[in-house]
Amino acid sequence: MAALKIKKGSTKHSAYNLRPNFSDVQETHTLAVVVDNEPGVLARVIGLFSGRGYNIESLTVAEIDHTGHHSRITVVTTGTPQVIEQIKTQLGRIVPVHEVHDLTVEGPSVERELGLFKVTGGGDKRVEALRLADIFRANVVDSTLESFVFEITGAPEKIDAFADLMRPLGLVEVARTGVAALSRGPA
Amino acid sequence: MVVQALKDQGVDTVFGYPGGAVLPIYDEIFQQNDIRHILVRHEQGAVHAAEGYARSTGKVGVALVTSGPGATNAVTGLTDALLDSIPIVVLSGQVPTFMIGSDAFQEADTVGITRPCTKHNWLAKDTAKLSETIHQAFHVARSGRPGPVLVDIPKDVQFASAAYTKPEKANTSNYQPQLRGDIEMINELVEALETAERPVFYTGGGVINSGDKASALLRELVDATDIPITSTLMGLGAYPASGKNWLGMLGMHGLYEANMAMHDCDLMINIGARFDDRITGLIEAFSPRSRKAHIDIDPSSINKVIKTDIPIVGDVAHVLEDILKVWKARGRTLNRAGIAKWQDKISEWRKVDCLKFKQEGRIIKPQYALQRLEALTKDHDRYICTEVGQHQMWAAQFLGFEDPNRWMTSGGLGTMGYGFPASIGAQMAHPESLVINVAGEASWLMNMQEMGTAVQFRLPVKQFILNNERLGMVRQWQELLHGERYSHSWSEALPDFVKLAEAFGAKGIYCDNPDDLDDAILEMINHDGPVIFDCLVEKHENCFPMIPSGKPHNEMLLGEASTQGAIEAGGAVLV
Repeated sequence: MAALKIKKGSTKHSAYNLRPNFSDVQETHTLAVVVDNEPGVLARVIGLFSGRGYNIESLTVAEIDHTGHHSRITVVTTGTPQVIEQIKTQLGRIVPVHEVHDLTVEGPSVERELGLFKVTGGGDKRVEALRLADIFRANVVDSTLESFVFEITGAPEKIDAFADLMRPLGLVEVARTGVAALSRGPA
Repeated sequence: MVVQALKDQGVDTVFGYPGGAVLPIYDEIFQQNDIRHILVRHEQGAVHAAEGYARSTGKVGVALVTSGPGATNAVTGLTDALLDSIPIVVLSGQVPTFMIGSDAFQEADTVGITRPCTKHNWLAKDTAKLSETIHQAFHVARSGRPGPVLVDIPKDVQFASAAYTKPEKANTSNYQPQLRGDIEMINELVEALETAERPVFYTGGGVINSGDKASALLRELVDATDIPITSTLMGLGAYPASGKNWLGMLGMHGLYEANMAMHDCDLMINIGARFDDRITGLIEAFSPRSRKAHIDIDPSSINKVIKTDIPIVGDVAHVLEDILKVWKARGRTLNRAGIAKWQDKISEWRKVDCLKFKQEGRIIKPQYALQRLEALTKDHDRYICTEVGQHQMWAAQFLGFEDPNRWMTSGGLGTMGYGFPASIGAQMAHPESLVINVAGEASWLMNMQEMGTAVQFRLPVKQFILNNERLGMVRQWQELLHGERYSHSWSEALPDFVKLAEAFGAKGIYCDNPDDLDDAILEMINHDGPVIFDCLVEKHENCFPMIPSGKPHNEMLLGEASTQGAIEAGGAVLV
């Protein structure tokens, strides 16, 4: 996939079939969608996914440009190459959508997510949880005599791994923000 | 302000129905004479009429409805326009902004309900932005792939006053679809065209939406290359039915020669069509030996269903212009020997005469009725609408369209009840022309209340009802797919259509005898006013040719004898 030269930010070019299309392989892609921050725009994007039967694995949204009223939606989705292409072109059709970037094919990118983990218990388990949190560079943002709340940022896989380790140590509640992503490099 | 914005957008006709939440706009309409308001009898009728107006003129159609039920009744029309890419603007009233969310009288979340069935919609909360929003709405409706838009206007916003924004000052820069095709891809298509042995043009509604220039360029290209051309239901008229390279409509009930050409071609040039499932049949076996080029203004249409070898995103007229330019500049090369052989093959398929039928005895065959209608009206300045079902397919098969924008039918959504209000819209746009709605009795009853509209506004629309006292297409599927168990597919307790016409103050004509048919049709044409023509036809006639669901193009059913066991269980689950 690295050999594909897709111009950055070009939704239009996605119609030109540059990748092996119509295969059954399921791929996970991270899309960054820049939209006008106007009422209902998130509903339009989500409605597109539910109405056409696409998957949403993670979705984050926040205003990124207060003067221009632009928001950035980062959505992680899974599908065959054909479905991914469809998602991108369908997103491009939505009137308040300005740009659709497929960060997965446009080159290297960084993905980060924030997670909050509440772990309860005492004795060895409590010590072990704290030790693992240190290894994962998670911060303790709340603590009582029976519980900790850890804050961790990182790629989704890192947060998954941390969750797996905390589960036997008294994990009771998890909150995750979903993925925010940017391409690497100056452009 | 709303009326001023409509005037500045060149609107001369609005189809609508008043109600509490749009009274301020109706008050404005009352106090001016530039825009004609056509009072329909149901909001669905208003939207379909706006579609008929838009499709027959190439302009944007406009409908005006009130909040709550007014807006929900418009949903079918909006969805219909979305599927068929018809540019319309629907203005809906809404409860005042301070009452939104309180379950007020006639409140509905109109923007929420219509979000998936419009190209875009707006809730105009601020009077200062209202006129700009309306201009943007028109821009979005007509630009790129056309479609329906809705502007929801709360009543307090209608009452308030603010500075007016002129159309040319409205910010539309955000939505500017690409018109010119990629020149590398156009070169590739021309190269393919030069060597193809068995090329075929497959055109759709996009040619008509692109405008008259697109149809003219298409005709020039087809005539210069002598390449056969077929079209979808929505694209009829872009290339004349009398043209020598015309194959007829393709698809599920398309012509044998058209579908065989699609199956056996080595180069398929799709211009403004979208590989709908009514066209492709079994996707795995769709035109297995061809390279496929696809010209479409909507990038999401490309590679959606069928893998495309030469994709071109752009407006049909712009792309065809470039194709012609490049092809001429490269010396007008073609594989003429190959194409001549291909034309011979097509002539053989034509000999199958897949539309043949026998008119005998005392009962009118629906095909015969349409054949006579065609013969007696083809020289008129004519617009044809249809409802949905067997009659629609027969109309597409037996009526010939020489020009674009002459054929209004619900293709994508298949909305029964579309044709009658659409004929009202078309007649409004073309008051001197002959507007005929070819209908089935069941579809027609779905919006028969619009008879009041036709009579009130003296619109001489001709309702040509092929009455088989059945839901013919449902009955046909039940015969072929559901063991001849005709569950609820007959029309019981039908009205006497002649008396019904008279009750509305219109003319009714009844005909059940093939010998009287010509005179009856002439009587219909010559009557200056709306007519309901009740044409009693053969009750159990099936519509052929037919590609059964789940079958490829080359396994068409041509007539009664070929239907035994033709559809397997797998095909029965498809619609």
